[in-house]
Formats: sequence, C-alpha cells, structure tokens
Amino acid sequence: MAMLHRHGAEEYRISLQGAPGGDQVLRLSGRLDLPATEHLLAQFRRVLAPTPPASLTVDLSGVEHLDSGGALALNLLSQRAAERQVPFKMEGLSPQAQQMLALMQPQRLGPPAPPPHPRSRNPVTNLGVGVLRLLADLGEVVGFVGSLARALALVARRPAILRWRDVELYMERVGVDGLPIVGLISFLLGLIMAFMSAIQLKTFGANIYVADLVAVAMVRELGPIMTAVLVAGRSGSAFAAEIGTMVVNEEVDALKVMGFNATVFLVLPKIVAALLMVPLLILFSDLLGIVGGMVIGVTYLNLTVYTYVQHTFSALSVPAITTGALKGLVFAFLIAGIGCQRGLTVSGGALGVGRATTAAVVAGIFLIVVADSIFAIVTYYL
Amino acid sequence: MVSQTALSPSPSQPPIVVEGVSLGYGGKALLEGLSFSVQSGEIVVIAGGSGCGKSTVLKSVIGLLKPLSGRILVHGVDLARTSDKELAQVRRGFGVLFQSGALLGSMTLAENVALPLAEVAHLDRSALELLVRLKLSLVDLDGFQDYLPAEISGGMKKRAALARALTLDPSLLFFDEPSAGLDPVTSAELDRLILRLNQTQGTTMLIVTHELDSIYAIAHRVVLLDKAAKGIIAVGEPHRLRDDSRDPRVQEFFHRRPRN
Repeated sequence: MAMLHRHGAEEYRISLQGAPGGDQVLRLSGRLDLPATEHLLAQFRRVLAPTPPASLTVDLSGVEHLDSGGALALNLLSQRAAERQVPFKMEGLSPQAQQMLALMQPQRLGPPAPPPHPRSRNPVTNLGVGVLRLLADLGEVVGFVGSLARALALVARRPAILRWRDVELYMERVGVDGLPIVGLISFLLGLIMAFMSAIQLKTFGANIYVADLVAVAMVRELGPIMTAVLVAGRSGSAFAAEIGTMVVNEEVDALKVMGFNATVFLVLPKIVAALLMVPLLILFSDLLGIVGGMVIGVTYLNLTVYTYVQHTFSALSVPAITTGALKGLVFAFLIAGIGCQRGLTVSGGALGVGRATTAAVVAGIFLIVVADSIFAIVTYYL
Repeated sequence: MVSQTALSPSPSQPPIVVEGVSLGYGGKALLEGLSFSVQSGEIVVIAGGSGCGKSTVLKSVIGLLKPLSGRILVHGVDLARTSDKELAQVRRGFGVLFQSGALLGSMTLAENVALPLAEVAHLDRSALELLVRLKLSLVDLDGFQDYLPAEISGGMKKRAALARALTLDPSLLFFDEPSAGLDPVTSAELDRLILRLNQTQGTTMLIVTHELDSIYAIAHRVVLLDKAAKGIIAVGEPHRLRDDSRDPRVQEFFHRRPRN
C-alpha cells in the first residue's frame, strides 16, 4: 500500500511495507496535520483491521510537521495496536514531535467533572422543577412590586431622590422617538379600518357611519392597544436589555454598594417616563387613526371633511377618550414594570440578556391584553 | 492564494513586521512611526502605561484595525490590504486570547474549542471529542467540556479561551493582558504554560501586558510604548532595559516609580 494524500496545498505520504500478518513498517512523510487527520485515521484503521500484523513499526523520519491532529491519530493507532496485542513502536521522532505526542495522549484524560446543574430525565421531576421555577418567578415579581411600592413611598417623601434628568431622557426615548412609528401605524390602521367598513356600509347607503366606527374603535380599543404593543416592543425590550446588561457588568451591584436604591435609581425613572408619555402617545394615535379614516371618507366615500369631523365628534364622548388614556396609564406601568423586572433578574451573559428581552416583550403584550379584558368588563358594568 | 512558503516560518523573514505604522481612531494618531519585528519563536511583550495604545497595536497586528499609514506584514501578508480569503487563511495560522476571554456564552466549552476546527478539518464525533478534551487538558480543564462559560470562574474562562486559541496549533499567538483579573498563582501558571508552548512548539508570541513579574518571566524582548512620546521609547531584553537604560521613562516603568 502506498499512496499520496492531497488537500489544498499540503500533503502527506503513507506506505506500508511487509507481508500482511507479518512484521510491517508504516512509513509516513510530509505534513501530518489537522486537515489530514480524518484521512489518517481511516488509513490507520485499515492497517490493523482484517489481519493485524505480527508487529508494527511506524517510521516518522520523513515527517516535516506534526500537529495535534496528527499526534492524536498516531496515539490512537498505538492504543489500538495495544488492544490487539500487536507490538508497536515509533521511529524517527524529532524532540518536538515527541512533545506533541506526549501532550495528545488520550490516557491523560480523566472522568468528566460533575455537571453544574444535574439535569433529570424523569418527566415528573422535570414537571416539579418547572412548577417550582414558575412559583419562584412569581415570587420575584411580587417582590419587585413590593420594592416598587417602597421606592414610590421614598420618592413621595423626598421627590428630589428621583433622577428627573433620567425621567426626561426616557420620556424622549419612549414618547418623542416613538411618535413616527405610532403615528404611521395608527394612520394606516384608520385607513384600513375605514376602507374595509366602507365596502360593507356602502351597500346600505350608510357611508357616513364610517366616521363613527373609526372614531369609536380607535379611541376605545385600537389606539390604546396598538400604542401599548408598540411601546412594549420598542421600550419594554430596551429597558430589559439595558438593565440586564448593567446586571451582567455588575453595574447594578456597584449602585447597591454605593448606597443607592436600585429601584429608585433605575426602575422608577423609566416607569414615570412611561406613565407620562404612553397616554399622550395614545391620544396621538387616536388622532392619526381618525385622520386615516377621514382620508378614505373624503376620497372614497365623497364625504366632506366638515361632515366627517362633525360625525366623529358626535360619536365620541369625553369619558371614552379619558378611559383610553387611563388604560394607557395601566399599560405603561405594566410594560415598563415587567421590562425592568425581567432586566433585573438576568443571569448568564449575552444569552440571559436576550432571553430577558424576549420575556419582557412577550409578558408585556400578554399583560396588556389581560388588562384590556378587565377594562372591558369593568367599563361595561359601570 | 498564499503560497505555502509564505505561511511557513522562514528564517529570512520574521513572521511579524511592523514598518513605519501610525495608529489611531477617527483619523487622529495615537501612535506614530512604529517599527518593530518579531522573530520566529520569539516572545515579544508590548508594554507601557495605561492608555499608551498597547491594545491598539495588538488590534492592528491581528487585522482588526487598519493603520493610518505604514504597513504591517504577518507571514509576509499585509493584512490591511489583502483579500478576505487570504486574511482568513492567515488568521487560521494564529490564535488570539482576548482580554476577557471572549468565549461564546451560548456554547459549552467543548463547542467553543471545536469552533475553529469546523473550518479546517472534518473529524468524526469521537475523534473530535478526544481532540477537544485533550486541548482542554492542556489548560487543566479536562472534564469541564460540558460547562457553559457562565458556569465557571474567571480564571477558568481565560484558560478555556486559551484552549480555543490553541485549537489549530497556531504558529503565532497573541495575548491581550493575559494575567488581567487572575490571582498570582493562576497568573504564574499561565506564564509557565506560555513558556512551555514556546519551548515545545516554537510558537511565536506577541503579548500585551504591564505585569512586571510576567514580563521578566516570559519576555525575550520588550517593546516599551509611551503615551506622550506617541511611540516606542525602548526595545530590548527586560533585565537589560531595567539595569542599563538611562531613559527616565524606562526607569520609571521598570522600577514602578511614580512620576513626580
């Protein structure tokens, strides 16, 4: 057996001398490196497989380069030869190659260290672990609400400890920076809603009621919900990622050690900013939704702007608008609160921050929908 | 395509050559007119006070930062002006240990160490596992292959990162502050590991550090940078620089003397 193996620019040569079952000499030359390892291993298997030689000598005098891959392959060959009780020796080793072979001895390896968190395969155990984790998670949320209440009490007593400059910063992030996307989505939503209902209402000659429909739907439900979902996606996630990264970098620990209340320092400015801005964003969203509806009303249904606006006003009442804005307060609290809470419970680096950010958005949207359902029931009975 | 001769160490050409290089960010030079080379099998330490641009030099040599002027040759290839393919090929021949380890947090230690292999070799699972565990055993982390980086200590992370840097048996190794954040014992062990790699495999190393103990222990030569001078103020064997240099800035550094 004699052959040349090429891959890319490198190569090695392998040849086997001696009769099968007798004393054999395996000559290797060239580069025995990582790219060649897989091929080497396959060749070596054939040397010992069908009829093992009486003895095997590996001549390495022609080897120019031996790296960890080649050394591992040679060590495995020696190990297999020993298993088959074939006398084995290597010749022509440079001191460097000898060092490399010594480093790559599979016998050096010990048993694996105990796993950091024993993972059970028993489904009952896993269910139990899952439930316990959920309860612990719930406990953390309750604890967070408690620390928030305490922080609010502290601020109520001494408003100066709240970082008002941070509040301004987050008001800009949540509110001003959110205007374009909230405006665009609401405008398109009004447009689509008016268009879809116009097709139906036209057949009954009830064109003008498009204005009522858009106004009521936007102000009561869609404005608050759409705005809240957008804020959860834009700001809830940002809060979680920001605080989570601060936790990973030990910045939160530093704040605690310096005697700051992390909730007052990090969480409250975000919640206060969201509480101030989300209701305003909702009013803005209502307005642009109605404008979107009006575009369809004027262009497609041939209504005048005056009639459309008048009908819109007659359909709306002050309580309807304030209820929408009030919802905004609740949504803002939930979104910012859950965002910060998820951020504070981050552990384990970049992966943990990603997980917390996802959780903040998912939990935020879930809480928005739950709160909105409660609102619907409460306003019905009032 | 890099020819094989260019990638294998040749005595005529040093593996790292820095020629008249200016470095900086945003067009503003932090260092000017740098020239030095690292010979094959040599351990060169880049030292200097904080903010003098040590890490910047390292970044430019590994091709993460383009020099403002001048050129840097690694194995005869100018990394700032070469094709992506050639850059990848040259980089495959070197390992880098970043200051914080830079292990990928979502992967186990074994997966981190196996990462550079995927590009080069296609080993079956059992051989790959053996190879990875042997690499980890080089840094005394055998057995921890299934741990995530978040589950081990800072010193272990650093060693695991070194194992990853060693995966492809690089002929060139770069270290950014290897002993930062390590206890003296672990730090001394790392120094010993560096020396062993250098002696057994002739690995050429460029190391950024300001730990004097490490410098005396491992450096064949020191390149001393200074912030005010915007460049190199001394090059030489560390003990010789300490004892013979007349430059007060060199004396300050080696004798830990505060300025003023």
